[in-house]
Order: sequence, then C-alpha cells, then structure tokens
Amino acid sequence: MEEVCARFVSQKISKARWRPLPAAALQPPDLFATGSWDNEDNRVSVWSVGDVGSAGLNGEYQGEPQLLCDIRHNGDVMDMQFLDQERIVVASSTGSVTIFRHHQNNQTLSASHRWENAHYHADQYTACGGAACTGVICNNPEIVTVGEDGRINLFRADQKDAVRTIDNADSSTLHAVTFLRTTEILTVNSIGQLKIWDFRQQRNEPAQIFSLTGDRVPLHCVDRHPSQQHIVATGGQDGMLSIWDIRQGTMPVSLLNAHEAEMWEVHFHPSNPDHLFTCSEDGSLWHWDTSTDVSEKPSFLHQGGRSTAYISHSTINQSVVSAWLSNDPTKDRMEITNLIPNQTLSVNTLDVLGPCLVYGTDAEAIYVNRQLFA
Amino acid sequence: HLTAVTPGPVSITWGEEANPHLTTTSFQALSSAWDPAYLVLTQPPTMLTAGSIHRYTEEGLTPIALFQVSKNYRSVIRACMEDMHQAAISTRDSALQSQYSIQVICTGPLLLRLLDWVQLHICDVDNMVREVLSSENPSKHKLFWNVVDIFVLQGRMDEARHLLSKEAIANPTSMNMYKILDDLMKKMPVPSLGNTQTLTEMELKWQHWHEECQRYLQDGTFASNSHMESICKILLGDENAILEKKELMTTWYHFLVTRLLYSHPTVKPMELRFYAQSSMDMFLGEESSPEPLDTILMAAFEFELHQVIKECSVALSNWWFVAHLTDLLDHCKLLQSHNLYFGSNMREFLLLEYASGLFSHPSLWQLGVDYFDHCPEYGRVYLELHIERIPLNTEQKALKVLRICEQRQMHEQVRSICKIMAMKALRNNRLGSALSWSIRAKDAAFATLISDRFLKDYCERGCFSDLDLIDNLGPSMLLSDRLTFLGKYREFHRLYGEKRFSEAARLLLMLMTAHIAPCSFWMTLLTDALPLLEQKEVIFSAEQTYELMRCLEDLTAGKLNRQKFQDDDVETMKVEMLRLALARNLARVIVKEGTLEGS
Repeated sequence: MEEVCARFVSQKISKARWRPLPAAALQPPDLFATGSWDNEDNRVSVWSVGDVGSAGLNGEYQGEPQLLCDIRHNGDVMDMQFLDQERIVVASSTGSVTIFRHHQNNQTLSASHRWENAHYHADQYTACGGAACTGVICNNPEIVTVGEDGRINLFRADQKDAVRTIDNADSSTLHAVTFLRTTEILTVNSIGQLKIWDFRQQRNEPAQIFSLTGDRVPLHCVDRHPSQQHIVATGGQDGMLSIWDIRQGTMPVSLLNAHEAEMWEVHFHPSNPDHLFTCSEDGSLWHWDTSTDVSEKPSFLHQGGRSTAYISHSTINQSVVSAWLSNDPTKDRMEITNLIPNQTLSVNTLDVLGPCLVYGTDAEAIYVNRQLFA
Repeated sequence: HLTAVTPGPVSITWGEEANPHLTTTSFQALSSAWDPAYLVLTQPPTMLTAGSIHRYTEEGLTPIALFQVSKNYRSVIRACMEDMHQAAISTRDSALQSQYSIQVICTGPLLLRLLDWVQLHICDVDNMVREVLSSENPSKHKLFWNVVDIFVLQGRMDEARHLLSKEAIANPTSMNMYKILDDLMKKMPVPSLGNTQTLTEMELKWQHWHEECQRYLQDGTFASNSHMESICKILLGDENAILEKKELMTTWYHFLVTRLLYSHPTVKPMELRFYAQSSMDMFLGEESSPEPLDTILMAAFEFELHQVIKECSVALSNWWFVAHLTDLLDHCKLLQSHNLYFGSNMREFLLLEYASGLFSHPSLWQLGVDYFDHCPEYGRVYLELHIERIPLNTEQKALKVLRICEQRQMHEQVRSICKIMAMKALRNNRLGSALSWSIRAKDAAFATLISDRFLKDYCERGCFSDLDLIDNLGPSMLLSDRLTFLGKYREFHRLYGEKRFSEAARLLLMLMTAHIAPCSFWMTLLTDALPLLEQKEVIFSAEQTYELMRCLEDLTAGKLNRQKFQDDDVETMKVEMLRLALARNLARVIVKEGTLEGS
C-alpha cells in the first residue's frame, strides 16, 4: 500500500499549505490549500484528506485528497499562508494581496479583503505597473508581504491601508520573508543577502545584513528554527542550503550542497525541528534528519535512495547545542533522503505539519504523505 | 494492483486489466496532466509524451503490452468521457481515434479486439443500461428490451442472458422460449484468445450452430415474442434485423462489428475493408455522406497508414493525435519513414508541429520542451526559437526557463533572456535585480551599463543609492571594470567616512592611475581629493601629488580640445582650486619630507 497519495489536478501547483491545527489538537491535519500558476485561469483550492477510518473496502481511497472548493485567482499564486483557521492570505503576481475566507458550512471560498496595489513599479512610462508579490507571512492579525519591487508592507487584517511600508527596502528582488520575532522579520533577496528588519525602528534600514561568502547567489527561501530562534536556514539558486546563526557573524555557519537547481522552499518541521525539508526545481524533495540517536531513528518508507553522509561543516563558532550548528564529528551524522523516487518536473512547494507532508509539482500533481515518521 | 487517480472526480482502479509490467512511472506518465477541460477544448491529454513511449519500447515492451498500455489509457479516457457526457462530440472523436490506432498494431483474434473496442467506445448506451439494471424490476422497464438488444449487438452474451433470465422469471409462460434462446446464446462459438481450436474447427462449429438457430427460427419457436424473434434473427446475422436497431448502434462501425460477429466471426484483418465499405453504405443509406471521421476509419480499415495520417492531419484541429500515432508507429517500425525534402522525417515533422502548438499555450510550454528534446534533427533549433518567446511575467518563471536553457547548454538564449529581464529591471529602477541578472548571464557589458547608472545617480544626487548592493558586491565585482570601479569608489567613501585618510588617498590615486576609473569620472575623483588635500595633516606624499597633478593636466588638456562652453566658469574654478590645493600640498609635503626626523 502506498503512503504517498498522488492527485493529478491539471494545473501547475505553486503553493500548498496545511491548515494550522488548533493549539491543543492531537489529530493530524486534514485540510490543505493550494494555489496554481501559469494558467490563464489560476485557482486557489481547498482540499481535504480523508480520515483513515473512512477508507474504502480495500483501502483504495485512503488519504486521497478531495477537492472541497476553489475560487478563481487573478495572476499566479506566488505565496500563500493561513492567517487563521478560516482565512488564507494569497500573494499574486499582479502585485495584489488577497485574504480568502473558507466558509466551512457550505464549503465555499470567498475573497474577504484585497490590497490591490501592494506591490508596484513606479515606472516612468506607465502610471503604475504591478510588481509580483513574492512572499507573504502572517502572525495574526499582522501580515507582512515582500515583492519584486523591493518593497516591504506590513498590513493588519482588518485595516484597509498598510500599517507600514518600506519603499525600496532592497535594490533587488525580495524573494521570501519570515518572522524572526513578533516585531522582526527576515528577508532574502536576489543578491544573496539575508536581512533582519525591526519594525520598532522608525528608520527604513535593515537592522542587520548577512551575506553569503563567495558568489552572491540569489536566495529563494528562508525559514527559522521553531524553538531556537537564532538558527535560520536559507536555500539558494544553486540549490545550496545555508544554515546561519544570526547571533554572530555575517556569514553562514554551514553550506550544504544539496540540489542541482533552485531550492524553492525550506521548512523546519514545526514540532520536530531536527528534521528539515527542502524542495527544488530539479524535481527532488529532500528530508534532512539530524536527530542524533541513529539506532532509534524511525524508518521511513521510501522508494528513493537512502544516503547517510558525513557532512563537513565549515563552522565559525561551535558553542551551540543544536545539531544544525554543531560540528562534532561523532554527532555529525545527517541522514538525507530523497522522498521522490522518479523525478520529473519541479517540486515547487512543500508543507509539513505533524506526520503529514504535502507537496505540489509542475507536473500538475499534488502528493500527500500522512505517515512521514511511520 | 495499481491505484491511480485521474483529475476530475473520477478515480480508476486497475484491476485485472492491469499489466503487471507497467510501473507506476509509466502509468503516471500516461495519465498525468490530464485536464477534462482540455478534452472539452479538443486539446487532448498531453503527458503521453514521445519520451514515455520511447521508454517503453526501450524496455522491450511488445506491441501486445503496448496495447495494454493503450487499453488502460482508453479506460481512463472513457471514464473522463462518461463524466463529461455533455461535452463536445469532438472529444469522442479523439478518443475513438486513439483507440483505433492501437487496433492496427495489435495482434490476436481480430473480432475479439473489435468487440472490445466497440464496448469501450460506445458509452452513450451506458446510461440506459445503468438505468435498467438499477431499477427494481428490470424486466418491466420500458427500455428493458433495448438493453438486451444492446448486449446482443455488442456480443455481451452473458449479460444478455442474465437479463433475459429475469424476464423468464417474471413471465413463466415464455420459459420455454427463453430456455431455447438462452441455450443458443450459451453455445455460440466465439474465437478464443487461447487459440485452442483451429480455424476450420471453429468454422465448422459455427456453421453447425448457425443452422441450429436457423431451424428454431423457421419452426416458429419465437413467433409469439417479437423481441426474442428479432434477437434470434440478429444471432443469425440477418442484416435487416440488425439494421432495425440502428439507433442503438448509433454508428456504422458498430454495425460493421455486429455484422461480422454474427456472419463472419473468423474475419481476418485483411478482409475488413470489404465489409467496412458495404457496412457504411448500408448503414448510412442514401441520406448522409461520410464525415471526415468516417474517411479516416475507412483508411484505417484498409491499413493505409499514410492515408490515415493524412486524413487525420486534415480533419483534426490539433496535432496531438497524429503526432502520437506517428511516433508510436515509428517506434514499432511500422511506418516507412522517407525523408521529406526539407530534411526531417514525418514523425519528427509532426512532433515538431505538435510541440510548437504546445508553446502557444500559457502553461504547456514545459511539455513542449520534452517533445523537442526527442526530435533529433530540428528539435534543438525549434526549441531555441520558441523558448525565447515565452512571455515572462514573473522572475520565477524566467528562472525556470533559464534552468531549461542551461541544462541544454543554450548559452545564447540564457544571455538573451537575462538581458531582457535586466532591462526590465533597469527600467523599473531595480538596479540590484538588474545586476543580479547580469551576473547570472555573466554579461560584462550589462554590468557596465548598470554601474554607469549608479555613477550617474551619484553624480546627480551626491550620494549612493542602494548602498546595500554596492557594499556587498563580493567577487561579482570583477565581472566588469566599471563595476570594480564602483565597488572601489564606494570603498573610498567608506574609508573616508572612517577617517582612514591615507588609505583612502592611496585608493583614490590607484583608481586613476590604474585606469580603473572612466575618464568621465576623473573630475569627480579629483574633486573628491580636495578635502584630503585641504586637511591639516599632509596626506598625499610628493609622489602622489605629482601623480595627481599629472592627472589634472591630462584631464584639462583633453577638455581644451573638446571646448566645452556651458560649465565653463564652474569648471575653470574647479580646476583653479585644484591647482591651488595641489600646489599648496606639494609645498607642504616637500617641506615635510625634506625635514629630517628628530632634527
């Protein structure tokens, strides 16, 4: 029996996100949203993954995603995030940011609020050309967006205008944003810089700038360790995974050669942060596992190849506990597994919550694995 | 057991039909990227790529296995069609043709295959069948006999007998008739897959059975029940009786198959054409003339492959079917491909046409790339031309296109796309983005252009924009001289700001003497030297001062030739001030250097 369920959806999937679980929930997530790109008619869709209990006679339909509802979206879905249990914030390639509300009672989606020109180019030839909004992150009720215009916007879900806008925050494209603390965000851009912005400061300058050593390869994604907030992971255009310690230095702590093409998303597992997941244009999805106790390591059901490798880290400072930053050789075993047995087109997105993984590809398919640590 | 899911609300489980040799890969390749909407738009499923078929033949799949693959494929199509019964008729056409094409390749008893085909294809009647079967009392349903007739016409004897048994139970009076009919249907000889009997044996049996049916009919056994009588006539192959059921058959090729089933069950492929033509004439009668689809089928029945391809190319609205059919035939070496006068063979020509069509679709261009990869002669050229013309509305899409180009070493296209993106960025005043694109393309000329922009901004505003970029250029600074200058110049400013004057001075001088600075900027640099010259402490050494003076003279000599009149006063004043400052500095430094330490 396969643990990964595939669903062909006839649209290229650019983003997939699990609906967050209520704080004390014990059950795995059962609902996720996806966004498509590159169609004339793009859609934001909500899917449910059936309970194990509702399997068919021979378990054929177990876990297969069912479409609950969808809604037309103007422009490519560039990024997506759940604001709360019912609202989804979607960033568009037209430069607008929309909040969609998922009505549970009749299973419909509706647009509840839109910031039409969140991102734009002030062009001398046209009045206002739209610029793609490339990243969005939420911390209810605050929403931060970044775009190709190098602008950072801070919105509040209930307010019509932006609370704060930093124009020309960056001279290059901002590719992704995430929260560092409640008032600080991290952004990555296309000249290989990781910047910290503090909203408490009035000046429109980053609080701190980190750069890659060597070539300024564009960075495409960023994620912060769930519990140890000084550890940040970024993925670059050359497929390299960089681990940063933002308390010290301006250069990454480790550089790990990973994919062969752009790394689109990187995620620490929210409850098991020793596990990291990355997906890439080369069609692979890697699971990085630094949990140190090898003997008790859960065995994954994969069709892909397993490789256990000693990774030599080029560390600068080694006073930390986390496996991500340590360079102790005996503990330095990182197991890296490719979760996709036969790669075709790019894996654009992934999301992981509890024991469940969802990822979407340019091959117009969504995959769900509900037994990640089985 | 392969469980796979197709898009739309239909799920298919492959039961016994599955070929155990098919891997999940190949199956997914078949059925992925399937959009029912595409079917509506008569743009059929797209993932049946040339590549995947190529893979099959490489793995040594025989035509039979290929047939299985197509059968699965057809089942999926059928499921989609059932689901979208209201969709345009053209969807049925494309499905039909795909089914038929594989027929040509297959082996095994022809009749069985034809029956199979008809059963899969004619799905109009499924609703009726479902309705009757699911009703409480099927034998009382008004369409009951229609359904029985359909089963008989399609050779589905067991199902027909099953239904008839219900009728027998409901009408005990006709039990006798029913028993005889049932017996006849059960005994009907059909060519078996196993080929346990020879052809002559089969024919003998069939003849014997046929005569038995004939006897029962002539005895008037079924005289009291017209339905059963007509069924018996059908079993005998009575063409008129079969033609009476025209609406149930809907198409002339169904009629053909039924006719063959009941009059010539051992038909061979080569004989098909004779029956096909007469069937079509009989069915269509006087009123209608053959449609394009019919012409295609006729050509197919005659095994005129080239004719089929030609007719399809003319009749169909896109190249999907023809391209894939030709590719399949080519791989099975059934197609004598002669070189067309413009160089490539037919298979490649059709694939190129199809792939070009894909590129005009907003999202299918990624698939087109795969197709071009499989055209050995012209594929690359076509790809090079098409890939530059994909509209790039976001940077992420441009990155994906670039990755495709880089994987195929299409350096020209990489440069051209990066240049387009960089120009767009430049026009939107996103200098950092523009620089990042030029770095990707290793485009020194563009980097120079961007640096000039920065320097122009500096001259106009007196300060640098985008310091975060210039301060962090790193090794990319070396991409172009101008960019290096920009980085170093910014460093000069920084050193000055940190009050490291002697280092700043040295850098400034180096910028001029090593000719890193463009001539147009020398005036600015010299003006920047002024505050250093005016410092209380002597910064420039004598050597350095001489160098500076030389630079100034070079500059003014050049300017005199060009005779600028506009900023004359300002320029002259600047030059005067510089000369004065330099002279003063020289004086001080000579004294300082001439002074012995400690004396």
